[in-house]
Amino acid sequence: MANKPRVKVPKTAAAGEVITIKTLIAHKMESGVRRDSDGNVIPRMIINRFAAEFNGQPVFEADMHGAISANPYMEFSAKVEESGTFQFTWVDDEGTVYTTDKKITIA
Amino acid sequence: MNRSINRRDALAFGVGLTASAFALSLGLPAHATADDVNRRLMELAGGSTPQTGRIRLNTPEIAENGNTVPVSVEVDSAMSGDDMVRSVTLFADGNPNPEVVTFHFTALSGAARANTRMRLAKTQNVVAIALMADGSSFMDSKLVKVTIGGCGG
Repeated sequence: MANKPRVKVPKTAAAGEVITIKTLIAHKMESGVRRDSDGNVIPRMIINRFAAEFNGQPVFEADMHGAISANPYMEFSAKVEESGTFQFTWVDDEGTVYTTDKKITIA
Repeated sequence: MNRSINRRDALAFGVGLTASAFALSLGLPAHATADDVNRRLMELAGGSTPQTGRIRLNTPEIAENGNTVPVSVEVDSAMSGDDMVRSVTLFADGNPNPEVVTFHFTALSGAARANTRMRLAKTQNVVAIALMADGSSFMDSKLVKVTIGGCGG
């Protein structure tokens, strides 16, 4: 099962700066093409959606398929004009939602 | 033409037979083909012809472990007004399912770039297509040589 996600966001940024955000969440990302020792297909169980928002506005989203590695890693950019909060959401095939957030201050 | 079976043919036939028998016995999923990927690219491009340039796909030339292959993609764009990248989709033409991931960008993304890790079942081409807000599309592809396949195949 998934643990608490890890997210790296700078604590401060200049207004209008494009920052880099790195996220990682522990998840086995069962691809749905593997078989168990009895030859039965192990059902797919992956995180299929990731979304990042800043103060409620969408920043970046990813639709993932079985070809994304276990413990999915996402690195992307965000342009920050004001202080606020990034919210990160992961959703898996069973509908379980994992969230975390990070604050950033305009220096 | 009356050509006798030489050693190479016999060997290739034997290997092919063994491999297909092996695949059948395990019931392994069929792999995607370059045609599958092309069809999906054309669907995404929606009539526009994907051009080269502006998009850069970065993968290792040789991936020792197909279970986790770093991949990054970047598109040149101001990310404001009409000069906007809406999405970038990655395909792998030798995986059981060719879809890998679709990144969606907004003006708040600041730059159209993303970096993740993917599974590759075998040596194959990875293709990236960027869809722009003005309806045009750009693509890039890289061949990745995989030493140990991922996807549990």
